[in-house]
Amino acid sequence: MAVVVDAASRVLVQGITGREGAFHTRRMLAAGTNVVAGTSPGKGGQTVEGVPVFDTVATAVAATGVDTAVVFVPARFARDALLEAADGGLKTAVCITEGIPVRDMTEAAAHLARRCTTLIGPNCPGIVTPGACSAGIMPAEVFCAGDVGVVSRSGTLTYEIVAGLTAVGIGQSTCIGMGGDPVHGIGFVECLELFAGDPQTAAVVLVGEIGGDDEERAAARIRDGFAKPVVAYLAGFSAPPGRRMGHAGAIVTGASGTASAKKAALEEAGVAVAASPAEVADLVRAALRQE
Amino acid sequence: MDLLEHQGKALFAAAGLPVPAGRPAGTGDAAAAVAEELGLPVAVKAQVRTGGRGKAGGVRVCRTLDEVRAAAGEILAMTVRGLAVEAVLVERAVAIAHEAYLAVVLSRAHRGPLVVFAGEGGVDVEDLARTRPEAVVRVPVDPLLGLCDYQARDVAAAAVAAAATSRTPARPTPLVEPAATAKRIAAVVHGLWRVYHDRDATLVEVNPLVITADGDVVCLDAKVTIDDNALWRHPDLAALGPEPDPRERRAREAGLSYIVLDGDIGVIGNGAGLVMSTLDQLAAAGGRAANFCDVGGGASAAAVALALELILSGPGVRAIAVNIFGGITRGEEVARGLIEALKTTPAAAGVPVYVRLAGTGAAEGRALLAAEGLVNVRLVGDVAELVRLVCAAEGA
Repeated sequence: MAVVVDAASRVLVQGITGREGAFHTRRMLAAGTNVVAGTSPGKGGQTVEGVPVFDTVATAVAATGVDTAVVFVPARFARDALLEAADGGLKTAVCITEGIPVRDMTEAAAHLARRCTTLIGPNCPGIVTPGACSAGIMPAEVFCAGDVGVVSRSGTLTYEIVAGLTAVGIGQSTCIGMGGDPVHGIGFVECLELFAGDPQTAAVVLVGEIGGDDEERAAARIRDGFAKPVVAYLAGFSAPPGRRMGHAGAIVTGASGTASAKKAALEEAGVAVAASPAEVADLVRAALRQE
Repeated sequence: MDLLEHQGKALFAAAGLPVPAGRPAGTGDAAAAVAEELGLPVAVKAQVRTGGRGKAGGVRVCRTLDEVRAAAGEILAMTVRGLAVEAVLVERAVAIAHEAYLAVVLSRAHRGPLVVFAGEGGVDVEDLARTRPEAVVRVPVDPLLGLCDYQARDVAAAAVAAAATSRTPARPTPLVEPAATAKRIAAVVHGLWRVYHDRDATLVEVNPLVITADGDVVCLDAKVTIDDNALWRHPDLAALGPEPDPRERRAREAGLSYIVLDGDIGVIGNGAGLVMSTLDQLAAAGGRAANFCDVGGGASAAAVALALELILSGPGVRAIAVNIFGGITRGEEVARGLIEALKTTPAAAGVPVYVRLAGTGAAEGRALLAAEGLVNVRLVGDVAELVRLVCAAEGA
């Protein structure tokens, strides 16, 4: 068991003939992922790393039965790629592309929600179920299979924390990089729900950062009752205050989104907040021992 | 990208929104000439890409041309929250009967745009949201449907109701023709939505939205933030940005992110989260970063070399912390970049560089750096040691 992706996932790489798409297709295959198709308009019939390339998602679905898209197409075309994945009936779309206009993302996210396609990202490192499926750009070598679910707004910091867990023998059930853009797919709250329902997951690690109110909403969800221990790490305590023009951000969230406010909200909900990435593994081990 | 008020108002005017007659000016004499053309009294307003200008004295109402010339001269010499005033906007003064707050803003929680209205405008609208949240109207807009007319009418009805019971000014002025005012406000909501949507804004804010004694509606201020990721769709807006710092521009062109702070430690890392985390751990140990550079994912040796050169070019850098966790980024590429920059940058002499390499290619990178035998480079085992040593070097 795991969440969102597993050994049965059949992965489609959108933008497979591009430099990034081809490079990470090779890495995903090396990690044991079932990458069974790619798309690139006008390049149908080619192969990349032995994977057949199709012109459209619909033809790729018909020929190979893919259910999970990983999107590497350039930012200007990412909205269209996501809509095509959703209309092709894919269960999950993982969008690696960064720099997508926020209006494009609000439209794509709304359409994917209507099609019941799970969105991860954009501007994210992807999702890994160790030993089964790596959909994205995370370095497979830092993971090992186990029972800790990880969800993060950051990329490199996640690898650092996961490597710390792996080094002391704490494996991961699934690791989700939700991405750092203001409009994104599944966030902390949705991932907590998924991990709550996953029998393999015994504890959850949240990796957050300044800005927005994802962490505060996660804290509210945990306070309402969450049966598994949660450990968090937050980045940005020393970030210089940004210059803000308008008042609307604070009016919308009702909070400033500082790291201190997030830490307070999480601790109030009973979450152990680590002082450094290295401390996460210690806190997870302590939490699992108490169970 | 934040627009100046007069730039935002030009977008408003193009969308048919009511704004006061006015023009920007760059000198006291030019401001007086604009005032003469508009007719007195006028408002002289600082054009600066941050809030808080009112409290800083950056908005003055002037009744003579001499007053305009003097006020403009003083305001043009001001800085607000560390930012220089770029120009003044000279506008015909507006007789205010009621003030309100109206904005269209990207809401992360709704994953889409939100219309926000408060019947009490002015600078304290954030306090109002905290103390009396029920006084703030929030209308989520479906990204695929756009703003519906009924939603604009709802906001207008709330605005007219608020004006009737307003506590500011002290003596409420009844609206002459509430239905006509409501129509004008609904039209403003539609206009703001068009600016937000058509120009890829993430914030379009009017504070205050003014109702005059005659029941007219005027957008007295304009705060517009354009989505940087969408500027390619709007070359006319891309040209309106501030002149970027040349070092920050070089960094951006190379795919790096370079930020200047005010301490004395330079920080290089890969990934925004890892860099932020490094800065946090430095701060917790009493260190202060002078600047930092995020080399991102998969950085080449050339990019790392540029990062080190930029860090060294910053003022007051006495020690450098390099924290790399290799994933897509390879440790040996990082090592090659560091070696190249340290050999070719004269400023590098005497500045200790502490390097923590982990993950992909770390062993190869450490071997390359060790073989080079650079006197000011020291390899460290983990982040705790990195932070301890770099803070000690800073204090030395």
